Amino acid sequence: MIVADNHLLLAETQKITPPSIEYSSLSPLLIVFAVALVGVLVDAFATRSTRRVIQPILAGAGFVGALVAVAVLHGRHAVLASGAVAIDAPTLFMQGTILVFALLSVLLVAERRLDSSGGAIVASAAVTPGSKGSTAARTSEDVQTEAYPLMVFSVTGMMLFVASNNLLVMFVALEILSLPLYLLAGLARRRRLLSQEAAMKYFLLGAFSSAFFIYGVAFAYGFAGSVEMGKVADAVGTTGKNDIYLYLAVALIGVGLFFKIGAAPFHSWTPDVYQGSPTPVTAFMAAGTKVAAFGALLRVFYVAFGGLRWDWRPVLWGVAILTMVVGAVLALTQRDIKRMLAYSAIAHAGFLLVGVAASNTDGLRGSMFYLVTYGFTTIAAFAVISLVRTGDGEASDLSQWRGLGRTSPLLAGTFSFLLLALAGIPLTSGFTGKFAVFQAAIEGDATPLVIVALVCSAIAAFFYVRVIVLMFFSEPLTEGPVVVTRPTLTFATAGIGAAATLVLGVAPQPLLDLANTAASSGFVR
Amino acid sequence: MLSNYVPILVLLVIATLFAVGSVVAGMLVGPRRFNRAKIDAYECGIEPSPAPAGPQRFPVKYYNTAMLFIVFDIEIIFLFPWALAFDSLAVFGLGAMALFMATIFVAYAYEWRRGGLEWD
Repeated sequence: MIVADNHLLLAETQKITPPSIEYSSLSPLLIVFAVALVGVLVDAFATRSTRRVIQPILAGAGFVGALVAVAVLHGRHAVLASGAVAIDAPTLFMQGTILVFALLSVLLVAERRLDSSGGAIVASAAVTPGSKGSTAARTSEDVQTEAYPLMVFSVTGMMLFVASNNLLVMFVALEILSLPLYLLAGLARRRRLLSQEAAMKYFLLGAFSSAFFIYGVAFAYGFAGSVEMGKVADAVGTTGKNDIYLYLAVALIGVGLFFKIGAAPFHSWTPDVYQGSPTPVTAFMAAGTKVAAFGALLRVFYVAFGGLRWDWRPVLWGVAILTMVVGAVLALTQRDIKRMLAYSAIAHAGFLLVGVAASNTDGLRGSMFYLVTYGFTTIAAFAVISLVRTGDGEASDLSQWRGLGRTSPLLAGTFSFLLLALAGIPLTSGFTGKFAVFQAAIEGDATPLVIVALVCSAIAAFFYVRVIVLMFFSEPLTEGPVVVTRPTLTFATAGIGAAATLVLGVAPQPLLDLANTAASSGFVR
Repeated sequence: MLSNYVPILVLLVIATLFAVGSVVAGMLVGPRRFNRAKIDAYECGIEPSPAPAGPQRFPVKYYNTAMLFIVFDIEIIFLFPWALAFDSLAVFGLGAMALFMATIFVAYAYEWRRGGLEWD
């Protein structure tokens, strides 16, 4: 009662000035959020068959609308909503990238001509694997259409994650982006047990890392007396503060972010989750989450802890080296193609960290460019993987890909091209991306890191090329997998991804210029 | 500044005394007549669901209700302070609260339409 009375007194004596919120600058976020809510309502009120049609169109339209809003906002450079959200050129660049990848992923999720019965999303996710109902759920024409609103919610979180100018808002965004992903991981139509295991592991480990993050935020507040990035950055420069809190904050927030990007030693969830999730969701996670998490990582380390550069750089070096080595070496031993690409994703996170470790404008530019190139290539690669099928779903075991180059040369050719891009061969976007990042690192006095990265690229090239050799220089299996030829949407996605990989490899300049403009205008504080 | 926390401390002491006092009083004056239902795990008045060993179905309707309760509980937590500071927050507060409640009702509509409120 005493507490309540105090509040009552406060309310009578003080006038609270409402914060000014520039809704126009937040429009990309608000559009996506509104579309997610409408999606939930559609799921509540529309019939099963209409839901299947409306949901993908709604989600796609929302992403396009938000993309237009991002384009309109270009050049905006401001801190909004009482310091909660920053809209600047790097933010808009990464929000746009996330939206493009989300759009491509929606095409993959919406594909219904892949499986004999429906898309990659199961009809009812809560059914016990192996029970009578689970066969019905697998063969049913129905789809758990909640996948679309969940995806849109996740994109909302991603867009807020890269725009957060406040560590607490960043934590909320982290949860908004993660929680739907945990559910989406468990929605695979085939191999239900594997999918549910993926969802469970992702949830438990993700919750664990979120706890690290929020603990770090608490220490940042203890150090700076504020969770706003600009104020944390100001406090870093001043003397007389308790530095232990600051170091704990950097370390704990770092753990949370390193988990999300899949950097070693916080990578162990990646292979299981990538393998178990429905392939369209894996593509979405691999491309979208990576952009969002790196966007947040760059802002935290460049803005909030920028003054501490010389202290966190050695740690970042260590994590980058470990990530590259673990990713490249463990990928060598994988027999499942999705697991192999998961370890490849870990290695790529390491290469991206090389760009972050450069800690200069070029590093920011290189990282942003790399994220775009990697996202397109990886979405296309997962799209191709979903096309190669046996009666039991995707032919994910590498031995089943034997001789695929002879039976379906176009598919194998496209996949080889994408693998070469992931390996970083010239004339693909993988090369230009790596070049941009490594060049920045050399200018940022991180030459030893670049040498390690080059060695790891060489190791990684081995397992990419091994798949190509397997496809083109071995005899096809007599009862090998079938390449499904009907799925138009998946073909379109793979085509767009491969085309982007080629264009960004041959003529990267326009995008590099865009990334350069964004990076040199810098983060707002 | 630390004196601001005194009411919380008082509340903490009262809560502890109440909890310990109730248990002790119950132990001292309460009758001891045990039956099966009293020894069972307490699950809010329903039959305790058996621990599922292996893949086994268990009813989730209770959890549905519990989740819905938490949603509205959280809503109340925000509604009370807003109601107290309604005058000083003016139009901005009204708009923000309307937005907040609209998003909650979207979730509520979803649960209602999907049969989350039907017990059988």
